[in-house]
Amino acid sequence: MNAQSLVPVIVFGPLVGATLAGLFGRRLGDTISQAITTGLLMLSCVLSWVVFSQWAWGGLEPFTLTLAPFIHVGDFISNWSIRLDALSAVMLIVVTTVSALVHLYSWGYMAEDPSKPRFFAYLSLFTFAMLALVTAADFMQLFFGWEGVGLASYLLIGFWFHKPSANAASIKAFVVNRVGDFGFALGIMTVFWQFHTIQFAPLFPQIAGMAGKGWLFAGHVWPAVDLACVLLFIGAMGKSAQFFLHTWLPDAMEGPTPVSALIHAATMVTAGVYMVCLLSPMFEYAPVAKQVVTLIGAVTALFAATVGLAQNDIKRVIAYSTCSQLGYMFFAAGVGAYQAAMFHLFTHAFFKALLFLGAGSVIHGMHHEQDMRKMGGLWKYLPVTYAVMTIGTLAITGFGIPGVELGFAGFYSKDTIIEAAYAAGHEHGGVAYFAFIVGLLAAGLTAFYSWRLAFMTFHGHAKWGHDEAHDAHGAHADAHAHDDHAHADHGHDDHAHGHKPHESPLVMLVPLIVLAIGAVFAGFVFVEKFVGDERAEFWKAAIFNAPANHVLERAHHSPEWLMWAPLVVSMAGLAGAFYVYIVKEGMGARIAANKGILWTFFYNKWFFDELYEATIVRLTKFLGDVFWKVGDQKIIDGLGPDGVAAVSSAVGKQAGKLQTGFLYHYAFVMLLGVAGLLTFALVAWQA
Amino acid sequence: MTGILSLTTFAPILGVAAILILRLFGQADDPKTVTAAKWIAFFTTLATLALSVLLVVQYDGANPGFQFVEDANWFAGIHYRMGVDGISILFVLLTAFLMPFCIAASWKSIETRVLEYMIAFLVLETLVIGVFCALDLVLFYAFFEFGLVPMFLIIGIWGGKRRVYAAFKFFLYTLLGSVLMLAAILAMIGISHTSSIPELMHYKFAPWIQTWLWLAFFASFAVKMPMWPVHTWLPDAHVEAPTAGSVILAGILLKMGGYGFLRFSLPMFPQASEMFTPLVFSLSVIAIVYTSLVAFRQTDIKKLIAYSSVAHMGFVTMGIFSGNAVGVQGAIFQMLSHGVISGALFLCVGVVYDRMHTREIAFYGGLVNRMPWYAAVFMLFTMGNVGLPGTSGFVGEILTMTGAYQASTWTALVAASGVIFSAVYALSLYRRVVFGEMTNPALAAITDLDWREVAIFTPLILSTLYLGVHPGAIFDLTQASVDSLVATYRAAIGA
Repeated sequence: MNAQSLVPVIVFGPLVGATLAGLFGRRLGDTISQAITTGLLMLSCVLSWVVFSQWAWGGLEPFTLTLAPFIHVGDFISNWSIRLDALSAVMLIVVTTVSALVHLYSWGYMAEDPSKPRFFAYLSLFTFAMLALVTAADFMQLFFGWEGVGLASYLLIGFWFHKPSANAASIKAFVVNRVGDFGFALGIMTVFWQFHTIQFAPLFPQIAGMAGKGWLFAGHVWPAVDLACVLLFIGAMGKSAQFFLHTWLPDAMEGPTPVSALIHAATMVTAGVYMVCLLSPMFEYAPVAKQVVTLIGAVTALFAATVGLAQNDIKRVIAYSTCSQLGYMFFAAGVGAYQAAMFHLFTHAFFKALLFLGAGSVIHGMHHEQDMRKMGGLWKYLPVTYAVMTIGTLAITGFGIPGVELGFAGFYSKDTIIEAAYAAGHEHGGVAYFAFIVGLLAAGLTAFYSWRLAFMTFHGHAKWGHDEAHDAHGAHADAHAHDDHAHADHGHDDHAHGHKPHESPLVMLVPLIVLAIGAVFAGFVFVEKFVGDERAEFWKAAIFNAPANHVLERAHHSPEWLMWAPLVVSMAGLAGAFYVYIVKEGMGARIAANKGILWTFFYNKWFFDELYEATIVRLTKFLGDVFWKVGDQKIIDGLGPDGVAAVSSAVGKQAGKLQTGFLYHYAFVMLLGVAGLLTFALVAWQA
Repeated sequence: MTGILSLTTFAPILGVAAILILRLFGQADDPKTVTAAKWIAFFTTLATLALSVLLVVQYDGANPGFQFVEDANWFAGIHYRMGVDGISILFVLLTAFLMPFCIAASWKSIETRVLEYMIAFLVLETLVIGVFCALDLVLFYAFFEFGLVPMFLIIGIWGGKRRVYAAFKFFLYTLLGSVLMLAAILAMIGISHTSSIPELMHYKFAPWIQTWLWLAFFASFAVKMPMWPVHTWLPDAHVEAPTAGSVILAGILLKMGGYGFLRFSLPMFPQASEMFTPLVFSLSVIAIVYTSLVAFRQTDIKKLIAYSSVAHMGFVTMGIFSGNAVGVQGAIFQMLSHGVISGALFLCVGVVYDRMHTREIAFYGGLVNRMPWYAAVFMLFTMGNVGLPGTSGFVGEILTMTGAYQASTWTALVAASGVIFSAVYALSLYRRVVFGEMTNPALAAITDLDWREVAIFTPLILSTLYLGVHPGAIFDLTQASVDSLVATYRAAIGA
């Protein structure tokens, strides 16, 4: 089949589904709406795999379809288009596969929800925006998709609009992303005035020749490419929840769990990584920006992992884990190993979606309980979920045997990243070395919190089934460990306890099993193409490495100890979690109850929310009030119209109390005034 | 097709005549007369819309000059000169486009002096279209100034509780500006011995004279926009105005300021414009940040949207004075787009105001439970207001910022923060009004959009989305004139 005729179907199929379900959902009914959206997504998914296999094995060449003009003003030219190359081909399968599985899964997960058509419409709308993002051929369409996924994310986080917490989280997500988009937009403008184009194809070849050029701003000449890249990266930080702009992602867990899996784990949050890789022709000539990317990525990887250690809400643990893994992807890109970043993005999509949907299955089976402290011993009741979650955990901890090069998906991608950071650090030192050390350390932490999650949920003693007595020891302060389905029409506390946990229906298990297969094989099958010897042939021109960039080459010749190091630290993490949560069961709770400084710091997410609340949020409200009540009302109005009004209302009272008459007086006086002035002027100027 | 411009401009007056004749034969408070007057007004505005569509269809986008020109000697050497170019023609269309919605939106909510109300709107339409078509200074001034009167009456007679205060404030500010503008106009005529706008666009005033003329015009246009710090009349005027009055105020009257900058300031006083660009930029970004923050703290829905209008107009002035095609195109687009989106937002407020007779944000909450379609419509225009790509709100914002970036990177930087603030106030407004549980028992019986309201919103939704994905529909018409304006301007300032 001709790829050029397939890609428009892939991209627009979900939009058709979203429109039908969104506008006519109530008339079509739940089942038909679900069938249309899911069916079209399945179609997109199958076609994406067809296109991808043509790319990977069929010698398909990159192409761009121009569909219609978007903005054409002078050199500011953008078209609605579909760009197909290695990057977009990879993203097509990631997005459509996870989305199709999430659509299917939602048949079961959302079965009791009264607004199913709306939910499926949003999911499909998201998918369309994401596909528009990954197939963009210029910055404007990229930005369209970028904010489009933000809209879908906002709508889905706030899907249960009865919950104040969900509403707050959705606004937070949108606004924090807007902070990123502020940088993104300025980056686009910088690119435009430097290169007089916003289209990738004519832009990229110009970069090398402009590498030294500067942009005068604030009395300083900034390296233009660096400036553009840093600004664009601020956008990536927002979308991909990196340090400073990460605060929205954990709160985004207020959305239904399938949303968390699709948007806040596998696809949307990886858009920032995708953008940096897509712009590799720019970043390769932006040494400062690359350092920034490396540093932010590394700090995020470590920060989020430490916070993940102390959380009790099963979804929040996975959310911080996502944040941390995105940090890995960024520092991989920052050290120049874009291929490794994309590879981790690819494998991560499978195992992270798996973990989230698995968590959803647990929550579903536990009657909407999300607090891991109230779980335990679930392996018997949810055997399939248990099996696939274990696979997901093995995959995220990067389990594999270095000598024979055999392991789960994360093994291939994460180890490549760590080796690349080491190689870059070895060559240039500095932040790359820091990233390497952090990467290794965070691998240990990842293993700890991932296994902690598995053990607290599936092993140990069952902590459900009896009453809420154990809420007493301060644990209730954990305000967010609340259920996912808090609906007015089915309050949770009454049936969160007492029922036995149950395994999820088949429609939820099938997506889990498919993703589990991906989590096992995605690394093994694609390692050669993404980061191995076939990588040049696979990526073609989609990813650019500067002539001096040999980081992946060097990574493949890492010392022997380095190949074993990730396995050793993750085994240590596993052992630690095993000791704390299995051998000495209850030790975790005691650590939490002690409220040590480090634990408190991690548990409260390094106090970022408090810091932002105390500074930015309060300042904004304060300034708003001052500008309004002092600036507008006291100063401007007080000196201006109200002062005059005070005088004239005194006059008005005498002139008459009829208000309409009062008005006509004004009108009349005004006309007289105009006429008088006109006359005066005509005489004066003799016109 | 000479004459079509005058026909479009004065078509609403025919409707006025019809209503007056109706009044002669019937009782003003007879329901039949009232209904007939409403239909006359509605069909008159539709006919005007049809004429303006005809105008746009016949307009030659490749020709940057004035078209459909009419010229007749009037009195005392003053000419009746009319014509449109790429900069003005779409404002004619916007005016004619919004008017039928205003009449339709007032169908039920206006109960007193309905005939006079309809007449006021029709007269207003003629005067506003006249502003955009006039090619003679005196004629322009007449339209510009007399346009105040019906608006003043609409606020003062059919407004809310504090209507007199609001009307007075509106009047005071605008008159202050226009007195100075009148002086400048007379000075221009005295110096150049012509009142023809096309001729004045090529007349080179001495730089020191330009400075004074520019300032005088600026006073008038800055009030109209409105720019910070002469913006405080707008929130009050909006709050007190009836829904349709707000639609016209935000949708069209504010655009007269931006149009004035493009028609007079840039082409006639280029040196002064260049000199004052830093001033305009400063006031623009202050408006964007300051009023966005003020909007965030409002407790009255209409006031919030009014403040947001001031912020959006900040993008317009910034784009105009960027002095490059990207910025100017963006500014024109932003004005047109804001005309549709803010008009629609005020109509959204009108929907709940008609039902509950309050604009207090705190009164509402959880409307989505009873009004899902309303929630969807309001969401769409909220997203347009925050400039989401795919809606028309985005295109103007990104282009004006891009234009300003070249002229002053600082300005673009500060303006871009407005993108964040707009999300803050718009989404929190939406959340407080639409989302959450419905706790106020007074809302329990509130009804979703009826067919009349759906019919009003549908064309507005379609234009917001259509212009969002295909802004070329506008640029095709504006491009030639804007390019020529910018080229002349840049040549004059030696850029």
